[in-house]
Order: sequence, then C-alpha cells, then structure tokens
Amino acid sequence: MIPDKLAEFFGVNFLGYLIAAALPLFLWILPYALYAVYAERKISAFMQDRIGPNRVGPKGLFQTIADILKLIQKEDIVPSSADKPLFIAAPYVIFTGTFAAFAALPFSSIYIGSNINLGVFYILAISSFSVVGILMAGWAGNNKYSLYGAMRSVAQIVSYEVPALLAIVSAVMVIGTLNLNEISEMQTARFWNWWIFGGPLQGIQKFLLIIPMIIAFIIFFIASLAEVNRTPFDIPEAESELVAGFHTEYTGMKFAMFFLAEYGNMFVVSAISVSIFFGGWQSPFGYLGNSLGISWLVPFEQVFWFLFKGSFLVLIQMWLRWTLPRLRVDQLMTVCWKYLTPYAFVNLVLIGIITLI
Amino acid sequence: MKEYLKNTWLGIYTILVGMKVTFSHLFKPKVTIQYPDVRVQLPERARNRLYVNIDDCIGCDQCSRACPVDCITIETVKAVPGEDLGTTSNGKRKALWVTKFDIDIAKCCYCGLCVYPCPTECIWMTDIYEFSEYNRENLIYHFSNLSPEEAEQKKLNYQKFEEEKARQKAQAVANPQPKQDGGN
Repeated sequence: MIPDKLAEFFGVNFLGYLIAAALPLFLWILPYALYAVYAERKISAFMQDRIGPNRVGPKGLFQTIADILKLIQKEDIVPSSADKPLFIAAPYVIFTGTFAAFAALPFSSIYIGSNINLGVFYILAISSFSVVGILMAGWAGNNKYSLYGAMRSVAQIVSYEVPALLAIVSAVMVIGTLNLNEISEMQTARFWNWWIFGGPLQGIQKFLLIIPMIIAFIIFFIASLAEVNRTPFDIPEAESELVAGFHTEYTGMKFAMFFLAEYGNMFVVSAISVSIFFGGWQSPFGYLGNSLGISWLVPFEQVFWFLFKGSFLVLIQMWLRWTLPRLRVDQLMTVCWKYLTPYAFVNLVLIGIITLI
Repeated sequence: MKEYLKNTWLGIYTILVGMKVTFSHLFKPKVTIQYPDVRVQLPERARNRLYVNIDDCIGCDQCSRACPVDCITIETVKAVPGEDLGTTSNGKRKALWVTKFDIDIAKCCYCGLCVYPCPTECIWMTDIYEFSEYNRENLIYHFSNLSPEEAEQKKLNYQKFEEEKARQKAQAVANPQPKQDGGN
C-alpha cells in the first residue's frame, strides 16, 4: 500500500499520509476536472451539431486551462449583505465533502487512501456532507435564487439518498463486505465476475442475480445523478429559472471550487458504481503485465482500468445531461418516492431471497 | 398497477430513444460556419456598404433625394466655361464639380433606393459588410475626389465667374452698345 510505504519512507506518519492523501487530488481530480469540463463542452457541442471550443490550443485542448487562469485573476466578490463567514466557508465545505470521499476509493491494489472496513458506508455518508455546504452557500449569499436553489438541492439530495442507499444495500447483501478494496478483489479474473453479472458466485444463484443487480445499478445510477445535481435533476442550478442556483453570488476561485466539487462528485459516484458493480480496478480480461511477466506494470494497469471505467460512467452522465430536459420539482419527487424507492425495495427483497437459495 | 408498470417502461424506453437520437448526432456533420475563417457566399443582390464611383458621378443629387434617411449629402459647383470635366462612362457630359459627396453609413438603412435613380449607375451596393469603427466620425465616407482646397478653388472660380457675369450685365445695362463683341 502506497500510504504506508510513504509513511515508512519519511519516517513521520503524518507527512507520509499527507502526501499520500494529496496524490489523488493533484494526479487525478485536478486534471480530470479540467478535461471533464472540456469533454462536457465538446460532447454537448457534438450532440447539437456544433463544433465546441476549438480556439485555444489544438482542438481547443487548453480551453479550460485558460478558463481557470481567468477565474484565478477575477475579483473575489463578497456581497455586502452576505453572511460573510458562511459565504467564505461554503465552497470549501462542499469541496471537502467531495475530496474526503476519495479517501476510501480503491484506485489500485496498491493505492487506497484509507483501507477501512466501512468504505461504502463512509463514502455515502461523507458525500452527503456537501449538502451542508450547499445550504450554507445558498443561505449566505442572501439572494432569493440562491436560497431557492439550495433548498431544492437539499430536498433532492436527501430524498434521493433513500433509493441510492437501498440499491447499494441490496448489492452489499450479496457481496457481504463494505470494504471497497475487498469488493474489488472479489471480482477478479474476467468481466463475468463483476457483480453486475452476478459476481464470482457459482451455479443458478449467479444467473438469478444478473437482472436484480442490473436494476440495482440503474437505480443507483439515477439516484446518484440526482445527488450530484446533474441534469435531468439539475433543478438546484436550473440556469433558466434560478440564474445559477446556490452559487449565484460566487465569483472567481470560489466559483471554480463549486465546479471542481461538481465534477469531483460526478467521479465519486461513478467510482462507487465501478467498485461495486463493474469490478473496481480489475481488468475485464487479464493483465498485460502478468502475461508479459512485468509484475510492476499490474498496479498501473489497475489504476488505468479504474479511472477508465469511472470516466466512462462520467461520460454517460454527460450523455444523459445533453439528452434529457430538466424535471419539475413534483416530477422529481414522483420519480424518487413513487418509482425508484418501491423498485429498490422490491429489488432488495428479491436479492435477499436469491442470497438465501 | 398496470398503469404503474407501463409508466416505468415508458420512462426507460423514451430515455433510451432520446439517448439514441443524441448519440446519432455525435457523428453528424457540424453546421457551424467558423465565420472569420470561413465566409458564406453572399446572395446575389445582397445589400451592404455603398460605393460611389465618383468619376461617373454627374452630381444630379437624385440619390440624395431618394434616400429615406438623408444619409447622402451632395454639394456641387457649376463648371465655368472653358473647364472640361470630361464625360461619364456611358457618354453623359459632366457639367458640375462634385465638391462634396458624403455618405453617413451609420445612418444608412441599406434599402438600396439610391441605387435605382442614378442615371450613370455610379452608386451601388458592394458585398463588403465588415466596416465597424471605434469612432462614429469614421463612418462618414467622403467620396468626392476633390480636396477641400480644390473644392474651395472651384467655388471661388465660379463665384468670380458669376461676379464677372453680373458686372458685365450691369455694364451692358448702363451703356448699351449695340455693336459690342463678346468677350473680356
């Protein structure tokens, strides 16, 4: 494990773990967020038969870097009637919630920030921490639209946690552990050992599990879309109704923090789906390093597969965003309480029965 | 219950249809025209910036009178005898110095009404449409080929000629000489 190795290397636990904790931030979240924004803009452009950013650098590849440089230079405005401490703290609270979730994500067999036995539970709990930040941001801005956005956001995230958790719980019932690293290790060898295809179980149980697992994944995916405020569940931001929702009053780097947190969150929820349903860092068809006899390559391949699968789900989120219109508030609640939650419960019972066979 | 399942199915099905549509658009040719690099062919008879071929202008003032927003200002001075202004390309003899031919393109409404009455077809709409300026004064185009000094000179010439003529007339009235030959 890299964190322990680093701690050993520096001799000081604190320093080693600090550097280990910063690794995903600098090596993955920042570059990923930059290019996820770029990808989002390109995909939306292609879906609307446009070209998208293509002026800054080849094919516009440096567009988001230019944007972030612009945001750094911008004036940091705090409205005079804002609740100042809350206003300043909110973006950091939201980003903390996002970044803390990365601590329990198994990037590879040799890197997991914190190999805790409650991994899934921890991530789901800590990512709802950002609800507090959103409410803080909306309230502190002292703007009607911000407050509306924040309230919608909170109502939405709190409601959608129910089906999301039920879907996860139904999967975890079969899996039997909450440790994400162990879950990833289970789904070894080939892709038919992924939990969405029934996992490494044998016989009839595996085949019976496939459909409930797919349903669980779909429910979790939809609910996670709502949790990260993505279209079709973007009523907290709702550009055409609420200006920009809870971050209306923010400028410059604070605004960039919200962006970073949003894209970070998208990856976190995708990473949970990947770890639980799509084999985590396991390759779908064996490792190149093993077949070539270069064993040090294997962990890097694992990192690649984890990030690749996660980014792929992020791309699907973007695809959905540019396909579907925004839901109304009542439709939002209908989808959650009348459809997702009952299905999640039925699914839970089904999977329970299957595990008993 | 049947309704409920039907709704669920409809929801999933329509989302998939929508995703299929957007996915197919990923590979469609783009409709964007990257304007400063790529320009669309303007339609024939497109109306943009006015141009005046001042060599053909006879100073008849018809375009100025046709203009609904009065953006064309023309001042002319009659040529004195002995000055040869030449002819226009379609053979009309020019008799006026066009001392001022200003078009305030900022006022122009691009109706093209000035183009039709011109007897020598010397004012027309070009296909130039990028002529923005930082200063509004720069949008007043001066088409006269006479410099201000020259224009002043022409005016003086004509004034002199008029005075001369008036003087002669007055003289002629004062002491009528039946057998006076013309000239100075």
